[in-house]
This record gives sequence, structure tokens and C-alpha cells, in this order.
Amino acid sequence: MDLSLFHDLLQVLDATLRISAPLLLAALAGVFSERAGIFDIGLEGKLLVSAFAAAAVAAVTGSVWLGLGSGILASVALALVHGFACITHRGNQIVSGVAINFIASGITALLGQAWFSQGGRTPQLTGSARFEDITLPFAEAIAAVPVIGPIYADVLSGHKLLVYVAFLAAPLTWWVLYRTRFGMRLRAVGENPAAVDTAGISVAWMRYRAVICTGILCGLAGAYLSTAQNAGFIREMSAGKGYIALAAMIFAKWRPIPTMFACLLFGLLDALAIRYQGFEFPLIGTIPSQATAVLPYVLTVILLAGFIGRAVAPKAGGVPYVKER
Amino acid sequence: MNTLPKWVEYGLLPAVNLAVAFLVAGLVVLMIGENPLEAVRLIVYGAFGYGEGIGFTLYYATNFIFTGLAVAVAFHASQFNIGGEGQAYVGGLGAGLVCLALDRYLSWWTILPFAMLGGALFGCVWGAIPGWLQARRGAHVVITTIMFNYIAASMMSYLIVNHLKVQGDASVQSRTFEADARLPHLEGLMGLFGQDIGGAPLNIMFLIALVAAVLVWVLIWRTKLGYEIRVFGANPDAARYAGISATRIIVTVMALSGALAGLMALNPVMGEQNRIFLDIPGGAGFVGIAVALMGRAHPVGIVLAALLFGVLYQGGAELAFDMPKISRDMVVLIQGLAILFAGALEYMFRPAMVRIFARKKGGAAWT
Repeated sequence: MDLSLFHDLLQVLDATLRISAPLLLAALAGVFSERAGIFDIGLEGKLLVSAFAAAAVAAVTGSVWLGLGSGILASVALALVHGFACITHRGNQIVSGVAINFIASGITALLGQAWFSQGGRTPQLTGSARFEDITLPFAEAIAAVPVIGPIYADVLSGHKLLVYVAFLAAPLTWWVLYRTRFGMRLRAVGENPAAVDTAGISVAWMRYRAVICTGILCGLAGAYLSTAQNAGFIREMSAGKGYIALAAMIFAKWRPIPTMFACLLFGLLDALAIRYQGFEFPLIGTIPSQATAVLPYVLTVILLAGFIGRAVAPKAGGVPYVKER
Repeated sequence: MNTLPKWVEYGLLPAVNLAVAFLVAGLVVLMIGENPLEAVRLIVYGAFGYGEGIGFTLYYATNFIFTGLAVAVAFHASQFNIGGEGQAYVGGLGAGLVCLALDRYLSWWTILPFAMLGGALFGCVWGAIPGWLQARRGAHVVITTIMFNYIAASMMSYLIVNHLKVQGDASVQSRTFEADARLPHLEGLMGLFGQDIGGAPLNIMFLIALVAAVLVWVLIWRTKLGYEIRVFGANPDAARYAGISATRIIVTVMALSGALAGLMALNPVMGEQNRIFLDIPGGAGFVGIAVALMGRAHPVGIVLAALLFGVLYQGGAELAFDMPKISRDMVVLIQGLAILFAGALEYMFRPAMVRIFARKKGGAAWT
């Protein structure tokens, strides 16, 4: 085997994990909300406020953990605004999601500029204000073993904590949704809320708990962007990741484990695009970076259009529940 | 749902929603440590205080009238078109290509119809595809239009960087149009009101936007198609029984919506920059959502809401200049709050209004 190609492959896979992690957390956030019947196109906004709150608090206190906590709180707060509008006041879920994205975009840039006066950035995070790389046990010991060693030491080891959290969150989400009473009820509220209501369970409270889960996961994803992947907040740093996460979730038909693979696929596309930027391929020449950037969106449209399989949303999704009297 | 007097439903309720949005924005200004009333004064002065400011206010309002109408037309068929941004961007390509092709041979008033056709056609196609996917393939139009915004952005940046950019020029944009493809500015017209708009790019598209608003009103409330659109929007099942084709309505409104968004692009492309450039709509497609919601999808409301956002955009620039702690992003925040309170939370104050006004007048007397 060509060693340099193998080395390239490892680098691309390593980058794939790093890029997929926030997508995965945000997409799982979407799964919780949409499975409970609340459409959420405001993932992007929650990512952004969380990234800002995490970086701002980490910068001021010097503690990445306080930052992470603040990120989660900010994201949950926005999730509750969405819940207040959609669950309590039965507002249009799409409109509310759009509003949340604009509020997030406006307030992060505004407060960033007002508090730190660096064009909407937060100060550069260093030391304990940032997540460190984690070296998995025995990584150095088996690094010398051919093939498996480098895969373990270079690809799987050496990521930030939240990357491992993200990939554990996928099976955990599956377990919660499919193996716990909470999960069964959550899915039932998204498919047939009237039945859940008849069973004496509050539909509204169930849905509120679902959007809080969404807020927590988006909070983790946002904090990852500003305190792990980067060293600080930059304006609009979520850069459409919330929408790609939404696309991944739909691509995986609202199921947690396939969502993980969809995020890995979109992450891989991105990693390949970065690695082979301007690379001359035989026969096809260079692939424009825009072509790879657009692929997740095109794939999602094709899937939604039913040309490859069929994406069926939760039945009660987008419909406010009106209790019968 | 209880009926309210018309002036409450269409006047007071939206005004209260908007007031709450501004109140929250004011609290944010306080939090930053500036005086909200002073901020309002600066915005109003920036927007109306002098001729050039008025010119810019109306220039921005032009964009928002088009994108607001675009969102509203789709609303009437209960379709939510979030893709105005992408449709306007692609529309800018259509209009710009016409200019690049004709600007050396024709004069502005002969180019304008072709450019309008180009912009509308490109926007129309970009809107009709998600419409068709919704109608025939069941792909949710909200998701597909979001995706189409990103696809448009990538496609346009590829085309501009690799094909339209002037070789050897550092800036990423097409060549500048010859003077004949530039739309006349409205210095003369504004002069009649004693205003000197100076360098403001207010141009003839403002008048065309007002005409478009009238035409949309005629279409929605005075034609058979408009009636069918409203019936479909109110109750798709009833419409189907009445023999109205869902596919035809959805594709038609999305095509119309896209065409209106596409027309918006003429304002910056031929009225201000005179070239095809990156990010032509500059967020105006999204402002259209707020404008349509606040204007309750009625052309009169849309023109007023567009004017309000024109004020915020122009006045916001002035504000950012005088209060460096408040950047122009304040406008984006207000836009979000307006969408939240006038859109998602539109029913929050309704029960209270019903209690006050329905009881006083004996309820059902108002229909």
C-alpha cells in the first residue's frame, strides 16, 4: 500500500470526526424536537448563541466549564422561547424558528461588539479557557502497530472531549428514544398527541422536555465550535452548520444512528474538500470547492423529493396540539 | 376564533406586537449601556433628517417591498417561501447577464424590460422548482427553499469567481455595466419635494415596486387565480373538491414569489452597483419574511413594513456611526424580534384584545 496515501486517508478521517461532531450534536438535538412534533429550523440560532455565550464566559472567567454551562443555558433559553411560541401559544413553528435564527445572529454580533469591541469577536481563548485534546489510553504504546496503531493513535485518539460526547450521544439518544418510557412518550407525542393526552400525560409538558433536550444538545454543539474547535467566537461562526445538521437529520429520516452516519458522510465530504482543495484529479481536473460545499444540500433535496427512498416526517410535526374539551 | 373589529385586527394588534418587539430591543440597548430613546432619535434622524438619508431609506424599502410581496404571495396559498434570498440572488444573475449582453447596444429604457424579464425568469425558476417538488414529490417547501438558498450561494460564487470575474482584477465581481445599463436615479422626482438625495441610489425600481404592490393586490383580490389561491390557502381540501389543482396553485405561487424576489435584484444590480457581485440580496430576502408577517400579507401593510425596515437599515447605519457600541446588527435583532412577536407569537395578546373589544360591542356583531 502506498504509505503517503494511507497517511492522507488517516488525516482525512481524523478531520472527518472533528467536523462531524458539532453536526452530530445539533442533528441529534433536532431529532429530539422533531420526534416530539416540534419542527425546529432554529438549530442554527441555538448553535450561534451557545458558541457566543461559551466563548464570552470562558474568556472572562478563564474556565471552559463555566463557558460550556453558559452555552448550554443560552441555548436552552432560546429553545424555551421556541417552546413558548409553539407549544403554549400555538404559533407557527417555522416562523418561530426563523425568528430565533435572526435574534441569535443579531444579538451575538451586537453583544460581542459592545462587550469586547473586536468586531464581534471574543478575545482569543487560551489554556484552561479551552478544551484540550484527549489522548486515549495506550495510544502511544500501540501507535507502532501497523495499520491498527495509526488508526487508533491518529484518528480515534487526540480529539476534544466533546467529540467523544457527540459520538456517545448518538447511541444514547437511540436508547432514550426507543428503550425508555420517556422516549416512547416523546415519540408518541410527535405521532399522535391525542392518544398521549388520553393516557393522561401532558402533551405540552412532554414537548417542553423535548425542546429542553434540544437546547442542551445544541448548547454542547455551539460550545464545541467556539471553545474546542476554535479558540474564541467569530461572528456568524455557525456558518450554516445548523442547517446542514437539519439536512443530516432529514437525510437519516429522523433516526439517531443513521443520523450519525449522515453527519459522518457530510463531515467526510467537507474533510475531503479541504484536503483536496485545488488538487488536479486525472480526467476531471480540479473540483471547485463550491461543488463539494453544496453537496449536502443537493443530496437532501434529492432525498426529500423521494428519488432515493422516502423521508417521512413525524406525523404530528408542525401541528400545534389543541386539547379537546 | 372570535372576531375582532377590523381596526383592532389589522391595526392595534400588529401595533402592540411591534411595540413589544421594540420594547425588548430597547432593553437590549439599555443592557449595552446606551440610551434607547437617544438611539431612536438617531435612527429617525438618519432615516428622515436629510435628503440623502431619505434616498437611502427608500432605496432599502424598494428591496423589501419586492421580497415582502414575494413572501406574501406564497403565504396566501399557505406556502412558506424562505428562499427569497436565493431567488433574488439568482434573479440578479438573470438581470445582470441581460445588462452585460445589451449594455453596449441599447439604452436603459429598452434594456430595463429585458432585464426585468431576465431577473423575474431566473427567480421564477429558482422558486418554481421547490414548488414543484412540494406539489408533486411532497418535499417540504420550507426545507427545500432553505437548501436552495445555499445552492444558489455556491452556484453564484462559482459563476462569479470562475466565469464572470474580470481577469487580473482583484475584486470578485463582473465588469461594470456601461452607463446605458444603469437605472436613472430619482433626483428629479425627489427634487419636486424639495429633497436633495445626493449620492443615494434611489432609482426607478422604487416606482416599479409600488406598481408591483398594486398588481399583487389586483391579482390576489380581483382575479380568478387570486381567488383560487386564497381558497387553497384557507382550505386545501375544499379547494380540491372545487376542482382547483393543488399542483397548479403551488407551482404558480412559488413561481410568482420567485419572480418578485428576482425583480428585487435589479435594484442593487442596475441601480447601485452596476455589476454582478457576491451576495447581491444582502439579507433582503430574509427581511421580506418579517415584512410580509408584519404587513399581514397585504400590499398596503407590506409597503408600510418595508418602509419601516428601510428606516431601520438606513437609520441603523447612522446609529452605528454615532453609537459605536451599537453595531448595525441591531437591525437583525429587531428583525428577529419582529418576526417572533408579529409572527410566531401573533396570538399572544389576542385573547386580551377579545376580552376588551368583543365584550364592549356585544361580540358577534362584528364580522
